[in-house]
Amino acid sequence: MKAFLILEDGTVWEGIQIGAGRDMISEIVFNTSMAGYPEVLTDPSYAGQAVCMTYPLIGNYGVCTEDMESVKPWVDGFIVRELSRTPSNFRSDKSIQQFLEENGVPGIAGIDTRALTRLLREKGTMNGMITTNASYSIEEVLPRLRAYTTGKVVEKVTCREKYEVTGTKDMAENGPISGSAVYTGEREQRPTLVHSLNGAGKRVALLDLGMKRGIAHSLAQRGIDVTVYPAHTPAEEILGDRPDGIMLSNGPGDPKECEGIIGEVRKLYESGVPIFAICLGHQLMALATGADTYKLKYGHRGGNHPVKDLQTGRVYISSQNHGYVVDMDRLDRRIARPAFVNANDGTCEGLTYMQRPVFTVQYHPEACPGPQDSGYLFDRFIEMMEVGKNA
Amino acid sequence: MPKNPNVKKVLVIGSGPIVIGQAAEFDYAGTQACRSLKEEGVEVVLVNSNPATIMTDKDIADHVYIEPLTVKVLEQIIEKEKPDSILPTLGGQAGLNLGMELEESGFLASHHVTLLGTTAATIRKAEDRQEFKDTMEKIGEPCAASKVVESIEDGVEFVKNIGYPVVLRPAYTLGGSGGGIAHNQMELEEILANGLRLSRVGQVLVERCIAGWKEIEYEVMRDGAGNCITVCNMENIDPVGVHTGDSIVVAPSQTLGDKEYQMLRSAALNIISELAITGGCNVQFALHPTSFEYCVIEVNPRVSRSSALASKATGYPIAKVAAKIALGYTLDEITNSITGKTCACFEPTLDYCVVKLPRLPFDKFLTAKRTLTTQMKATGEVMSICQNFEGALMKAIRSLEQHVDCLRSYDFSDLSGEELKERLRIVDDQRIYVIAEALRKGISQETIHEITMIDIWFIDKLAILTEMEERLEKEPLTEELLKEAKRLEFPDSVIARLTGMAEDEIRQRRYAHGITAAFQMVDTCAAEFKAATPYYYSCFGSENEAAASDRKKVLVLGSGPIRIGQGIEFDYCSVHATWAFAKAGYETIIINNNPETVSTDFDIADKLYFEPLTPEDVENIVRLEKPDGAIVQFGGQTAIKLTESLMKMGVPILGTRAEDVDAAEDRELFDRILEQTQIPRAAGGTVYTAQEAKEVANRLGYPVLVRPSYVLGGQGMQIAINDQEIEEFMEIINRIAQDHPILVDKYLQGKEIEVDAVCDGTDILIPGIMEHIERTGVHSGDSISVYPAHTIDEKVKEKIAEYTRRLAKALHVKGLINIQFIAIGEEVYVIEVNPRSSRTVPYISKVTGIPIVDLASEVIIGKTIRELGYEPGLQKEADYVAIKMPVFSFEKIRGAEISLGPEMKSTGECLGIAPTFQEALYKAFLGSGVDLPRFKQMIITVKDADKGEAIEIGRRFERLGYTIYATRSTAAALREAGIRARKVNKIQQESPTVMDLILGHKIDLVIDTPTQGRDKSRDGFLIRRTAIETGVNCLTSLDTARALVTSLETAREGALTLVDVAGL
Repeated sequence: MKAFLILEDGTVWEGIQIGAGRDMISEIVFNTSMAGYPEVLTDPSYAGQAVCMTYPLIGNYGVCTEDMESVKPWVDGFIVRELSRTPSNFRSDKSIQQFLEENGVPGIAGIDTRALTRLLREKGTMNGMITTNASYSIEEVLPRLRAYTTGKVVEKVTCREKYEVTGTKDMAENGPISGSAVYTGEREQRPTLVHSLNGAGKRVALLDLGMKRGIAHSLAQRGIDVTVYPAHTPAEEILGDRPDGIMLSNGPGDPKECEGIIGEVRKLYESGVPIFAICLGHQLMALATGADTYKLKYGHRGGNHPVKDLQTGRVYISSQNHGYVVDMDRLDRRIARPAFVNANDGTCEGLTYMQRPVFTVQYHPEACPGPQDSGYLFDRFIEMMEVGKNA
Repeated sequence: MPKNPNVKKVLVIGSGPIVIGQAAEFDYAGTQACRSLKEEGVEVVLVNSNPATIMTDKDIADHVYIEPLTVKVLEQIIEKEKPDSILPTLGGQAGLNLGMELEESGFLASHHVTLLGTTAATIRKAEDRQEFKDTMEKIGEPCAASKVVESIEDGVEFVKNIGYPVVLRPAYTLGGSGGGIAHNQMELEEILANGLRLSRVGQVLVERCIAGWKEIEYEVMRDGAGNCITVCNMENIDPVGVHTGDSIVVAPSQTLGDKEYQMLRSAALNIISELAITGGCNVQFALHPTSFEYCVIEVNPRVSRSSALASKATGYPIAKVAAKIALGYTLDEITNSITGKTCACFEPTLDYCVVKLPRLPFDKFLTAKRTLTTQMKATGEVMSICQNFEGALMKAIRSLEQHVDCLRSYDFSDLSGEELKERLRIVDDQRIYVIAEALRKGISQETIHEITMIDIWFIDKLAILTEMEERLEKEPLTEELLKEAKRLEFPDSVIARLTGMAEDEIRQRRYAHGITAAFQMVDTCAAEFKAATPYYYSCFGSENEAAASDRKKVLVLGSGPIRIGQGIEFDYCSVHATWAFAKAGYETIIINNNPETVSTDFDIADKLYFEPLTPEDVENIVRLEKPDGAIVQFGGQTAIKLTESLMKMGVPILGTRAEDVDAAEDRELFDRILEQTQIPRAAGGTVYTAQEAKEVANRLGYPVLVRPSYVLGGQGMQIAINDQEIEEFMEIINRIAQDHPILVDKYLQGKEIEVDAVCDGTDILIPGIMEHIERTGVHSGDSISVYPAHTIDEKVKEKIAEYTRRLAKALHVKGLINIQFIAIGEEVYVIEVNPRSSRTVPYISKVTGIPIVDLASEVIIGKTIRELGYEPGLQKEADYVAIKMPVFSFEKIRGAEISLGPEMKSTGECLGIAPTFQEALYKAFLGSGVDLPRFKQMIITVKDADKGEAIEIGRRFERLGYTIYATRSTAAALREAGIRARKVNKIQQESPTVMDLILGHKIDLVIDTPTQGRDKSRDGFLIRRTAIETGVNCLTSLDTARALVTSLETAREGALTLVDVAGL
């Protein structure tokens, strides 16, 4: 069946309908990762957005449920050049078409995704609609597109109640989490990517703002016992459980929409408990301590962004997915200083806080999908907790 | 880290002659690196024995030594030029080995020369099998169970533990030379014996066979600060077992999930970090198809063929960045020249699919085994880019120029299902065509996968193509179907064949429906950033991104894949022409499909189209760009063949007109011109059938020369001595449909002379006359060529210059012309005229210092030779001698006949340049790898007609202290002449035979002149093959043998004369 992608500037592409056969309106963003589409689909940070993959051949290795970064796909829609008719991989559980259908995610294939990407690059992120209704009225559609906002999406994606993820290997079976960097069952041939359980015995409170499982895994793999809290958990409750450290996860939407959470984050900051924050967590910490954020023209989404560690001068290739960044020009250097910057556009990629044991990054050290080069940040967090304990 | 201020003068080592396994990719890498060094203000000293390369131009380096690549020569250059640093990681394995030897001997240290880029310790860790294994073990990266052995006994003992089959890989060899898979002890002993001998350090790795696993490669870069990136990963469609150079390769990997992709990427980064490589590096993995188990196969601590491919596939200039890293820069300090904004410290992301196909030489070596193994056989490769895999494969197939354009190009339809299943077990260059036929016959994808171990995803893609073939045959050609067929890159000609319509009709329909090619950009970043470098590929069903400018523009047609007969020299010409036109104010547009070459580098032309060189593909570009003219005379036969089509498209051919090119190829037209200019040639006639050929041959009298017209490299050319041979050769020639007649000429034996000249329509400029050492009958590309011609007198030279002038004028040449003559006494006959660039153009340009291609380009633009500051006519001879020596890759092609004849067989060439003929000859032999004497033992076995000459040559070798072994009749003849030849038994006779002697590894040289006929079971064939495969020099022409003994007689111990050709 034919499908149409209509953008708020009036551009229309005709393609083929894939996934669920329903219309959707969302913010259209592009991701430049060449592999890892199952992780992208299930990353809660994409809630409220429809993703266009710039790599043209999608679905080649099907979908492996182990690779899911959360319980379900969160994207509003999926835009690809070509969907593979034959998924081929020993771990593949289903085809991507099946996966999208089962989860009610609509999509469009067969369009010039490069042209779409160029348009978004030039004009900035836009809202759009995927519809199978060939007799759509553009006059009727455009105002609806312009009116769309992602709104308060963190509420949608965070967990309902707190739960535990125990450190080391058995967590894959016990916890509600599967997949990511730990492979289970007979298929496992390679040990987990982390060789030492340097975090054993530590307890970390992980605030789920739309968390990718990879974050909990990265901690659990190092032997850390993790408690995951819903996004709106009061700071007192978290601190009352006396964690050795606190992590703020990634998540979707405009950070400024999270007013309530920002207040709680401020309290966590004040507590003096070591904190490591990623992505949305990083932005909320900045907002909680008086800094500002702004929206990028078309965001950073992909697995090839260079991030420079200002302390060592080293550059790491990172996994990224964000539309907003912290404004470095308006940073109070007495509170926080830039620790990482993007080597391409110089935007803020991480902050070190001067008065509290807090460091935050904009990108994704948990990878999934993307390069695993920044996993060392979790070790840095463990060291920070070590210092906190000895103090 | 900023640039290291201590690096002021760098010696760059090139890779030497083109051989299988080490080809044009190193010219590309070396050229890019040298330009990048010069850009930084570094003085560059270059040494490379290969004169056909662009890197040996004086524009590329400050001092250029086209000298043999030996330790001694390098030491001399270092003493003379006193560089502060040496860069050995850009010249392939040859360059790396030399750098290592210089380092290990302490020479570099004692001369205060720093090894730039990767350190010697790192190279050892990566190259030495045991050290590598230990290193991998230390960081927990798995290798297949393996052991480095130094004797056959050790190897047999080890395999008793791990079981057959096993893979054998000799250390420090190129292209997997001497390696293979052994399934039993006999094979093990045979391959091991060979491998131990070929390895520079006498080591062979015996390894658990992981054939059938997925083969995945990563191209990795690392700087001195420890920053690492992967430029690209690639998946071999052919599973482990086929050398990656012979595999169909796709980029990026298609069947790996992010978990597998990142697991291997992290492993690659761990490895490059542990080895502390600074620069580029290639890591090959075998990945188990149904688990996460993987093995590290190999690490190349240098720029490689794969890095050239990765560069072209992504747009990321690996060699350039590697050179900057060597100077001390870190990745984040280097700008990504494609975007001009982002930095080199990022990972390219592709929004298209890239397919590479090998160009295998089985059309040249009819007797060779077509099977593909861990020993590389391809001479070159093509790359194509498309939005989908099917399209990329279809484009790559037609880029090969091997009479293939779709999956039906090899017909296996007469095989039954069962026969096909058997045929699928054979791993050769036709396997994808067999798979396609199996799919057509309804054999399941699973069955095909089980037999071939090729991933189902790829098999399904082939199925999509065969399904489209069927639809085109059976269904009416609707707009939708046509659109889909074009999206899959079916050329109009194939659609026409399948639908039974005319090609023109298909084209008309396409245009009527607006189904036209669109061009998209290769930009390293999937459109995330605006790109500054116009590098395009075509696809259907997308928006066009390429915009034509309103500048005056010229289309330069490249020469496609490197093959025997059409090598790197045409890329040299294309690149120089491009530069010359750019200088004259033209916008330059290159079309080519060879990822190994300089011409497809992103900053050579104003615009690069990475496309097949077929009329349809070229027309797509012409419709968009509307060039003011096209240059075909520099791109070899590939470009020449497109002339007619270009004219039909309305593109003016710049330079010599197409009719005149035809006149040179068309027998009758050419005869008329010869008559008119009063130039003699060998009598002959044109024929189509064997019967006609025999008639002509008998009229002329044997021997005769038989050859197809419109070919390069003498393909299909043979000397026939009787009717039976005529029949045999005609059958071979006619196996491939001939559009043009076949030529039969009287064979004249004399001195072969070659001339390249520039003609402006009135005057000609001849930079020099070249003379071949081998008499006529040996292809000019396989002959040793001497400049200046040394055995012909002034009168003959004048005659040659005069004939050249007459021919150039009669053919209205504007640009280059290449003519081959035979000189017999005072008489000069013309053999062949090619109004275009030739193989010898780079060589003669460099040794005379006259930039012929630049001059030809200027002439084409409208300047005269006088305006360019040259006095027309034959230029003054140089006061030194420059000798071009052919280099062969026979040891790589099992079963190939090595004897020289009219069909070209060499893959590359090297140069010897010196004040005297003898020294130049000595250097040329040395450069080609003939480093004698060693054991001072040789074998002579010649046919009766050659016995007289063999005596003279044998006597001279004996005087040099050689012990001569000879088979019965040769021995008798030698002894009769007073030479103490030792008789050895022929192969069928009792041991020790001539074979045992060769296999005893104590023989320097075999001189074997083949008896006529092409029966490969003959003794001579076996002797020659055995010699080649055991690394013994084998000469099949007495002229070559005489040249060799001449060079040895005068070889001096001690220093050679070095010539800086940049100063010529």
